[in-house]
This record gives sequence, structure tokens and C-alpha cells, in this order.
Amino acid sequence: MKLPLEGLTVLEFSQYLAGPYAGLRLADLGARVIKVERPKWGDACRQLATKNMWADGDSVLFHTINRNKESFAANLKDPEDLARVKKLVAQADVLTHNFRPGIMDRIGLDYDTVKAINPGIVYAEVSGYGKVGPWRDKPGQDLLAQSFSGLVWHSGEGDQPPVPFGVAVADMMCGTHLAQGILAALVRKKRSGIGAKVEVSLLESILDMQFEGLTAHLNLDNQTPKRSLSNNAHPYLGAPYGVYQTADGFIAIAMGCMKKLADALEYPALAAFEDQDRCFAERDEIKQLLADYLIQQPTSYWQDRLTKVDFWASEVLNYQQLTSSEAYKALDMELSATRKPGVAITTTRCPIRLNGQALKSEKGAPALGSGNAVIEKEFGL
Amino acid sequence: MSLPLSGIKILDFSQFLSAPSATLRLADLGAEVLKVEHHQKGDLSRSIYASQIDIAGSSAFYQAINRGKQSLSANLKDADDLALVKQLIRQADVVVSNFRPGVMQRLGLDFESIQAINPNAIYAEISGYGATGPWADKPGQDLLVQALSGALWMTGADSEGPVPMGVAVADILAGAQLAQGILAALLCDETKLVQVSMLESMLDFQFEPLTLFYQDGEELSRGEVNPAHPLVAAPYGLYRTTNGYLALAMGAISTLAELLDSDPLRVYQDRGEWFAKRDEIKQVLADLLATNTTEHWLAILEPADIWCANVLDWQQLLEHDGFKVLDMVQTVVTGQGERYQTTRCPIRLDGQLITSAQGAPTLGEHNELIKAKLQEA
Repeated sequence: MKLPLEGLTVLEFSQYLAGPYAGLRLADLGARVIKVERPKWGDACRQLATKNMWADGDSVLFHTINRNKESFAANLKDPEDLARVKKLVAQADVLTHNFRPGIMDRIGLDYDTVKAINPGIVYAEVSGYGKVGPWRDKPGQDLLAQSFSGLVWHSGEGDQPPVPFGVAVADMMCGTHLAQGILAALVRKKRSGIGAKVEVSLLESILDMQFEGLTAHLNLDNQTPKRSLSNNAHPYLGAPYGVYQTADGFIAIAMGCMKKLADALEYPALAAFEDQDRCFAERDEIKQLLADYLIQQPTSYWQDRLTKVDFWASEVLNYQQLTSSEAYKALDMELSATRKPGVAITTTRCPIRLNGQALKSEKGAPALGSGNAVIEKEFGL
Repeated sequence: MSLPLSGIKILDFSQFLSAPSATLRLADLGAEVLKVEHHQKGDLSRSIYASQIDIAGSSAFYQAINRGKQSLSANLKDADDLALVKQLIRQADVVVSNFRPGVMQRLGLDFESIQAINPNAIYAEISGYGATGPWADKPGQDLLVQALSGALWMTGADSEGPVPMGVAVADILAGAQLAQGILAALLCDETKLVQVSMLESMLDFQFEPLTLFYQDGEELSRGEVNPAHPLVAAPYGLYRTTNGYLALAMGAISTLAELLDSDPLRVYQDRGEWFAKRDEIKQVLADLLATNTTEHWLAILEPADIWCANVLDWQQLLEHDGFKVLDMVQTVVTGQGERYQTTRCPIRLDGQLITSAQGAPTLGEHNELIKAKLQEA
């Protein structure tokens, strides 16, 4: 299958997660993504190991985020290297970076300079908190962006301290927005030939993620997110919405008619709360009633009763249970990304299917500078 | 600035949040989005959320998700309405849906049927769990997808059991992936079918922890003290102070020990222990940081370039200059003249904000307009 971005070259000056996550998606969709990295160290993520897991001198984390890319090592402070990089820039379709504000200006690869070299380029940059204002120089880091944004008041119980998402959600939302902005700019370029500058920030992206609640908050008094005292799963939703302990595990129950729930569980005490408004206003009481009741029987007992009446509920899985399920296997979500014989990691594929097919490039993450010789020759550097 | 998708027509059969969040983004980027809604009930997100957050007659969530779109109410089981919809498909560049597998087939609006009507149209759909496999018919609902995806073991502390993320993250991520897929398809004449599932989007979201799991088969431990990310060493977490909370991201414990002049912290000089002993190190920090104000600690840590921040709620955020300079809030107006505030598109293009003043439509608000346009054509 011909991939939609075949023939496009992306230069990735980005490090860590947000920018490189966008680069990964563009690579999956067919673009040639070249990481431009400093000699000796490269993308700082190469040294950032989680669980002390390494492959061929780079962290498994780096391999995960940077599979399906090439690496060009260049010292941007060295005039000869910079001249080579500028020749590369002249032939690229997209450039991404996530340096703190001002750095690309000092290097001489700011948008105006790059545009003069290559007027049709899509120049895309990630910042932490925008390029003006009191936070412009703060490190663009996921937990800090979550903390500024109010997101940490959505998870956990009402009497708990703020609870962050345990995944780098600001980075990842921002990476998806970067990819969207780049792709939209490429659509415009295809139709009208003009290039573009695309800017996103961790903070704007994590605020966009909260757009529903923020809209309620901006227009209605006192509509700040309030977590229920127990079994919270979404501060704006009434009972039963939450996760409950059963005799042998946990069950997630989403929204639905309380009368139907009372009947399915044979628990008449719930029927009194049929009114939608009561489901929200009295959710702490209802959730406590449910918690006391559901713990008496195993998950499958409740699941069967709820499935019969199509009430939205689900068991709660961990990775072991998930990956051994038939449903997971049917997704065919894993791929093996190989750097060289003997250096391969199993990771997830792109979640988008095109023309009915999963996208499964098996090219691994590049060793630092491993693309230099080929790229110099091909681009005449 | 010319918007990238101006002139692109999207016919949107989807409801709730997942795919509608994608068409919201595409509308912001210039596309013309027409919602085709159930003739009586409309998009269920108009009413399913609690009524205490109504704006202009529909839920605040509906108003946030559907601004900048038009609405056609139609009974897809009625032959005349279906014929009208098929006329619209002939003119569409993109058709979007998020029904459970099989529903669009029964209506005669599946990919093959739409290809037969308009071979140029891109068909884009979100499912809960993919079109095949034992979960294909399960409801594609955010909390259930979170629960099945393993994600409930990432947030909170080990002793708390599974902790959901308190925003509809599976919906939003699936929408973000769908928007990417549609945009990519607009760049290539050969890509006509784009499919995303909420579960695959949640797995992609967890690609870091899942990849580690694929290598060693071990579940993650979230720790007990101020947990913030199962894979990151101390001091990573949120700490209570005398007047609020302080966020501390990655940083060297040995440096923090000197800056905070803490002997109990000086014990932990070995970088190799900062993950394994994260709970005890974080407890030392928690005890110390609880003795003074957030501002006190920021004044010590920020000048030393320690990655830290005060933890804000929305009230504090909205009043902060760091938020105000982003110009993130816009006012939109409905066809009935009602105004409400909401957030804008988070992407800036050519140095400019992308804003749109049009509010969300009432059910069937554009029926007459659409019919009149079809007669002209």
C-alpha cells in the first residue's frame, strides 16, 4: 500500500517525547523522518532509561519513541556542520523542534531564516507554555504542565490531594496537536503551494483536553471539577459512574438509568434515585450503596447481569490479563522494530488503519549518526 | 491567513465525544462540518450529561464539542431523508461515523456503499475495539475502554487499586488519531478508508509502559508516596505545603538536599537508588515541604533551575498572567444569538490564533438551508 506521506522529508530537531511522538506518527504515515542530533550525546532521551532497560546503548524508551526514523549527527554550533544542515533544510518539507524560546534564533535556524532558505517548508515548534508571558522560560515538562492546568483535580477521590495522570499526557496530547497542525499545513501546501509555521505548547494542549469541563466552568458559576468522595471516575458525572471493588477484583460501571441498574443488580435501594438530578447531587450516597453491595459477589457475576440488559460495565484488566485476551490478540497491536540483527524491541504499532490495513513498519530506532553517510550523499551535503 | 481546510466538506454522522472532537478540530482548521443527527433525539451528548451544566438549552459539553458545525436532523430509516443524505454524500470530501460495528451497514451507509455513491469521499470511523474480535460489539465507552486497556494501573498509588483518569481520555485520543488519519488521507488520492478504535488509541497512549511490559512481562508498581508516574524516580510528584501543593519533576536528590539543607535527604547520594527507594525519599521530602509555603520553596528551587511549579486549580489558573497571555478563551454565538465562552483550537498557524465565533447548532437548525442549497445545485 502506498502510504499518504510517502516522498515527504521531515527534519526532527525535537527531543524527548512531544515532538518525537509527532515525528513517529508522521513516519508511520509514510514520511521519511530524519532526527538531527548533536554529536556524542544525541537526543537526551537516548540516556533516559526507565526500569533501567537498554538496547544497543540507547534506552528502550528512546527505541519506542524513535523507531522508523533516521539519525543525522551535526554540531549546530560548528559553521561547517550548520552549512550542511542548512542544505538539508533547503530540501526538506517539514522541520520540528522543541528548544526553549530563543535557542533556534541563536543557532540561526529560526523561522524567518529557514523560510528564506526554503519558502515552502512547514516549520513546527513545541514550547512549554507559549513564547510570551511569565512562564515562557519555565521548563516544558509534563508534570509541571499538568499542575498548572488544573488537570490534577480530576482524578482520585474528593478528599485526596491533587492526583496527576500517571502517563505523560501533556506531552502526548501536544504531540498529536503538532502532527495535526503539520498535516493540515501540508494539505494547504498541496493545494496552494505555501509553507507554514505551526506552534503548539504543552499547556494549551492539556487545556484543550479539558475543553468540556472548562466550558462549563467559564459559563456557569461554581462549576469547578468536584471529585466524588469515593469511586470517582469523572468529576462531572453522576452515579454510578466509577470503578467498584468486587469479591475478586474490580468492575467499571459507566452511565445509565438507575432503575435499570437497580433491576439488573436486584438492588431495590438504588431505584429511589431514578431522577437524573439526584444521580449527580446524591452521587456520594449512591456510590457508597453500590460499593457496599458489589463487594459481595465476583466481577463475572455482576458483569453477566449488566451485560444482559446492555448496561455499560466492564471488568478491569492489567497488562497480563489484557495481552492474553483474544480481543487484544485480534487487534494485532504489536510489532518488532529492528535496528540491526540482534537488536529488536517489541512495541506498539500506529493506532490508525488505512484502507483496512494496519501500518507496521519494522524499522528500528537509529543509532546516533547512523544515517550521516547516506544522507550526505543523497542530499549532496 | 487562509485556513488549510477551507472548502473541504465533512458529513458527520458521529455523536458523543470521540469522532466529534476530531470534526471540531477539522472545523477549526477550516472545514465545513455538517452534523447529521437523529431527527428526534439528536446527538445524545445534547442531553446525556447532567442537566446542572446546561448552556443555551444543551449540555455545556455538547456546546463545547460542536461549536462551528451545522446540524441537519434526519431519520435515516425514512426513504426521503436517506435519499437527501445520499445527495449530500455525493458532495462530501469526508464522511465520519462512530456507530457500533454493523449500524452503518444496516443503514446502507457503510464504506462500500459510500464508495459507490462517491468514490472520492474519504470514510473515517471510530469504533470501541476494532471491527473484529470478541469485544467488537461491546459499548465503546470511555471508562470501559480505560478499564480494559490496563490504564487504570498507571494513576494513583498501589494501595488504591485501579484509578481512572478523570477526563474522557480514550475518546479524546481516538478523536485526535482520527483527525490525523483524515488529514493524511487528504494528502493522498489512494487513501479512502481511515479507521481508529478507542482501545488502540489507549494502547498507543501507553506505548512507553507497554513496550517495557513486552520486554519483561512485569506489571508496573506506582509506589505509595505522592505517586505521579510509575516509571519515574524520586522526587517526581506533588507535595503538600502549608498553603497548597508544589510539583517537583525530575531532579537530583543530592542537589535538592543541599538547596533545602536537609540531612535526612543527604543520605541518598546514590543516583541508582532514587527509583528503588522513591517512597522513602519522597516521604522525607513530603515531611520537609509540609513545613512552609509553596512560594517559600519556589523561591529556593526556581533560581537553581529545579523543575518545579505551584499546583493551580482553574480559578487560580484563569486569574494567572501565564494563562491570560495565551488568549485561550473565545466567545462564540449561536444561531439564536446566545453567547458562551469556550476554549479555542490549541494550534497556532503562521503566528496567529485560530478562532471561530460560531456556536453549536440547535437540532436541525440548518435543514432549510441545506435543502435550499441542494435545490440550487
